[in-house]
Amino acid sequence: MKERVWIKDEAVERGAEKLTPERIEKTINAVFDNEAGARLKAYVDTCAHCGLCSDACHFFLSRDRDPRFSPVGKVKQTIWEMLDKKGKVSAEFMKQAIQVAQTECNMCRRCVQYCPFGIDIAYMMSLVRRIGHKLEITPLYIQDTAHSHAATMNQMWVKDDEWIDALIWQEDELRDELPTARIPLEKEGADIMYSVIGPEPKFRTQLIYQAAAIMNEAGCDWTMPATPGWDNSDMAMYTGDSEMMGRLKRMHFDTAARLRVKKIVMGECGHAFRSVYDTGNRVLGWQMPPIQVVHALEFYWDLLNEGKIKVAKKFEEPVTFHDPCNVVRGRGLHEKAREVVRAFCPNFIEMTPNKEHNYCCAAGGGVINCGPPFKNARVESNRVKAEQLQATGVKVCIAPCHNCHGGLEDIIHKYKLGIELKFLGEIIYDCMEKPNAV
Amino acid sequence: MQDVYLLVSGPLAWAAWTIFVLGSIYKIWSTLNTAKKKDQVLLNYVSFKYGMRSIINWSIPFNTVNMRLNPIFTGVAFFFHIAFFVLLIFVSAHQIMIEEGFGIGWFTIPDFVADIMAFAVIGACIFFAVRRVIRPEVSYVTDWTDFALLALVAAPFVTGVLAYHQLGDYMLMVVLHMVSAELLLVAIPFTRLSHMLLAPLTRAYIGSEFGMVRHVKDW
Repeated sequence: MKERVWIKDEAVERGAEKLTPERIEKTINAVFDNEAGARLKAYVDTCAHCGLCSDACHFFLSRDRDPRFSPVGKVKQTIWEMLDKKGKVSAEFMKQAIQVAQTECNMCRRCVQYCPFGIDIAYMMSLVRRIGHKLEITPLYIQDTAHSHAATMNQMWVKDDEWIDALIWQEDELRDELPTARIPLEKEGADIMYSVIGPEPKFRTQLIYQAAAIMNEAGCDWTMPATPGWDNSDMAMYTGDSEMMGRLKRMHFDTAARLRVKKIVMGECGHAFRSVYDTGNRVLGWQMPPIQVVHALEFYWDLLNEGKIKVAKKFEEPVTFHDPCNVVRGRGLHEKAREVVRAFCPNFIEMTPNKEHNYCCAAGGGVINCGPPFKNARVESNRVKAEQLQATGVKVCIAPCHNCHGGLEDIIHKYKLGIELKFLGEIIYDCMEKPNAV
Repeated sequence: MQDVYLLVSGPLAWAAWTIFVLGSIYKIWSTLNTAKKKDQVLLNYVSFKYGMRSIINWSIPFNTVNMRLNPIFTGVAFFFHIAFFVLLIFVSAHQIMIEEGFGIGWFTIPDFVADIMAFAVIGACIFFAVRRVIRPEVSYVTDWTDFALLALVAAPFVTGVLAYHQLGDYMLMVVLHMVSAELLLVAIPFTRLSHMLLAPLTRAYIGSEFGMVRHVKDW
């Protein structure tokens, strides 16, 4: 086997220096005893060490079937050892365990679909991250993002007035094209609250523009909040900071409740959807979200089927579609997404495997958010995705998720694929009828 | 030897079955009880419909993507698990003992079929062992306990075949057959063989999450 490369991360190193054996032991056992329960025990007792999860993992496949990158291999390097030693592991071990859990697993849950017993390895990796959070050895870049959440309630250190400014700026731009268009702020009683992730006002403002164009042309009764609570993203979920995750989701739902909207429509982001639809509501004690949560893909499908948006021209260039884990394995939106894609793109080519068996972009699960120190390893770990993209022969790939864009962009660059990435909203905006346009 | 035979076929057998049954009940009860105390967040999501959907889909050979990716393993694993229970319940020698002991009987399989199946089960165990050695992703997560459990599972079949063909001391083989089967029974609730008891629970839970919350197949 090739020598294992352990990457140095500033915050992990600094945090590990402060660790004592007692603190490690106490923390691990506290998490196992108090936070994990029957599920962890059943998973460890049930796992037959069969290795059948391996073929599910893009890390394993991309790294020439190196067993240290198989899902169960990652459990062996983390949870098993912690349980065997009853928490008596070294700081060095914890540094490595954090690299495994935080940067070598996207928590995409593909392996869950491959395990005969349905063992949720992503959950076990999240437990390791939780331990890392409590030991303060979370990688620097993602911890900075979590700090941003804590300080500003958004992911990108966007100040309250900058947020409003970004929306008004986009409205202004949009009115050149659609003179009557509005981005309604703080409209109480609107049908829809539209929420986005921090990077949209920060450096992908054109997505707010496009979404606003779609909302206006479809005649939606919608609003965006002018207060914190506008950001639906959640890196705290991926650092094991459950308390912060709870605060974030509470503020997001509270904002929607304050605006008395019927539903929350979310932009094209995967992890945020997982957080709002699947994880955050549980932290707050709701079985399902207290306000209907609709991902952009489903929203577009609804608009198309209700006849609120119409196809003006086709996007003729051949396209393929990347299924983001969190809205496909996390919400089953793959068929609806395809119906929308096919409506606009007559030359649609599937990559294989696809739909709920897609390969992850290798950016999700907070991996890309761990930043530059881990970038090369991450890109190397997704060769299979590059091969899969290349095999389609197309030059345009639709990826309805921010993280997927980041991850795919990196592999497209590294493997010289020459593929252009698009959000689905971009294509809809380009090709739909715009009766109000000048 | 006669005394030993009487011991293993009488009190020890009762003890093994008792430990197996009580141990199994305890295992399932303690898992559910801990879940109730600590994992209410999971129990709220368990759905009979989607749990069963998952269990059924994973019980059909070659029905899941991963089963089709590993056709040989799938074939061997399905055969092994089915043959295990078929031999346990329908072998005529077992049947005779049950009839003598409890006065009830049912259909049995011909001895030559049972014989072939037993050899095939041993073959399956060898297949699993070899796979553990030669497949890097399996050997990486294998330790001695995996081989020990496999040996424990194979032992009743090896001794059963030896006894049936009267190879070696017949009485000794019968005794070893019974002892190894009793050890296996006792081990089920307390080792990773407890997947026999827990797999339906883990399957039902994840099936419910995938079906009810995520609206997607888990196979």
